[in-house]
Amino acid sequence: MKGLFDKTFWGLTIGLIALLILNFFLADWLRGIGLQSIARGMVALGLLVLWRTGLISFGHALFFGFGAYAAALLQRIGINDFFVILIVGTAASGLLAYGLGFLLRQYRAIYFALLNLAFSMILWGVLANLEVLGSTDGIGVRPPSYLGIELEGEANQMVLFALAIIFTYLVAVATNLYLRSTLGYMTMAVRENEIRVEYLGYSAERAIHMKYIISGLVAGFGGVVMAFAVGHVDPDSMAYWPISGDFVFITILSGSGNVAAPLIGAMVYELIRSYAFEYAPQVWQLIMGGSLLLIIMFLPDGLWSLTERFKRDKA
Amino acid sequence: MSSVLQVTDLEKSFGGVIAASNINISVGEQEIIGIIGANGAGKTTFVNMVTGYMPPTSGSIAFMGESILGLQPRDITKLGLTRTFQIPQVFLSETVFDNLTLAFGIAEQSGWGLFIPLHTEERTVTVDAHIERYQIREYRDMAASALPQGVRKLLDIAMATVRRPKLLMLDEPTSGISIEEKFGIMDIIMNALAEEKTTVLFIEHDMEIVERYVSRVIAFYQGEIICDAATAEAMQDPKVKEFVLGQDKYNAEASGNNGHA
Repeated sequence: MKGLFDKTFWGLTIGLIALLILNFFLADWLRGIGLQSIARGMVALGLLVLWRTGLISFGHALFFGFGAYAAALLQRIGINDFFVILIVGTAASGLLAYGLGFLLRQYRAIYFALLNLAFSMILWGVLANLEVLGSTDGIGVRPPSYLGIELEGEANQMVLFALAIIFTYLVAVATNLYLRSTLGYMTMAVRENEIRVEYLGYSAERAIHMKYIISGLVAGFGGVVMAFAVGHVDPDSMAYWPISGDFVFITILSGSGNVAAPLIGAMVYELIRSYAFEYAPQVWQLIMGGSLLLIIMFLPDGLWSLTERFKRDKA
Repeated sequence: MSSVLQVTDLEKSFGGVIAASNINISVGEQEIIGIIGANGAGKTTFVNMVTGYMPPTSGSIAFMGESILGLQPRDITKLGLTRTFQIPQVFLSETVFDNLTLAFGIAEQSGWGLFIPLHTEERTVTVDAHIERYQIREYRDMAASALPQGVRKLLDIAMATVRRPKLLMLDEPTSGISIEEKFGIMDIIMNALAEEKTTVLFIEHDMEIVERYVSRVIAFYQGEIICDAATAEAMQDPKVKEFVLGQDKYNAEASGNNGHA
């Protein structure tokens, strides 16, 4: 089983253990940043799966928002268990990706990117206009129960954070395994030469559809985590187009070299944003734009490429 | 039914232009057939129709006795009919080894098996044996984009044969290859295919190659078959001489000029 226990697996495992220990000492606001990083990082991981295929989505807030609203609505109908909400919310986004995939798999490049944007704006429009879904005010999300146990305040935050990183770890390991499978390597194949894929006996469109579903699942997972992290869902912060832009930002910042990259990238993004907002509230967007520019100019393959640079220097 | 491929009354028109008409071919087991004809004679159109890349306007195509009309290229590939391309279709950013590993992965896995890790020790052995068969060992870890044209052609053919096809259609295997290299490369290809008892049908412009490797020739001209005979016989056919080999070109032009004068 060389397949499972590769370097990335051990790296992720060490990261998981470190964070689980750190969880006991973290300040509450840092835990909040951590949860939001995980949430956004997961969507960026979904984008990474597509990006390796040469596809980019400008509308992944669609699945993020869908997952988040699924969580909020489940609570509304009386289901409050964390595990049920997480699984159902994630599955709901996956199902949405499955449905839309039939159309999207036929498109490439800018058409694919913008069609995603169009769908995400449809969701935004629906959410913002439906009174039952709270329209532009959104819906509040209560702390969930964990297999019947209700927690408040810091205890809840601590358990939520621990569970979020455990599930994130599982998703990252599974995604890593997927990327190393025959189907996963087809990301490269479809990007490089669709004709050859067809003549090897597999449908390029089907491979893209699979990736789209995986991408939707992972992004939906991020949405559920976000709903619990901020305790509130609303159209503008869950499904509006600049949210999709944030995810693309994180993807570029991170690079597509490894499944851990988007998680690290999301944390860096969150930190830059928090500090920029704190110390330069007038010009924080300028700082964000500036950082993106610097990354594109000096690290076109994202933060992860630093590890390769480091490896090269050592050699 | 010893016929591998049976094509009957195949026709293809693009609007008013007829690209192929009245095409009837029967291919027997382990035959090596050369398809010749000038540019635009309909050779590649024929291959495209048989492999499911474009649907014929009318006619029927049977592979191993079963109709393959209307099937997608991937389904026809799975049945054991594969093809190569004039311009090699490979994964340029990847190494020869990785190209072939994925090709074997796709050929060997289906359903949930596609989620199993691609690289296994067993598959590495299979891939290396295949690399050996096509004599591209020294290029094993080189990116496909950096390969010499001839080696890239070999890789393309190696990828098309991972499923051990019953019938392989080669579209101009020697185009873009230097004169010094062409026999060497063709020897590698034809030996590998003979070992697997593959039936081969290839499009070729180079008559030296045709005469050396092929036992039967099918000549196309303006979308129709003008000759289907044993190689030596076909080379002497007056129509083939005039429309394909161009040996009577001078006479044809001369008579044309007279007509104008």
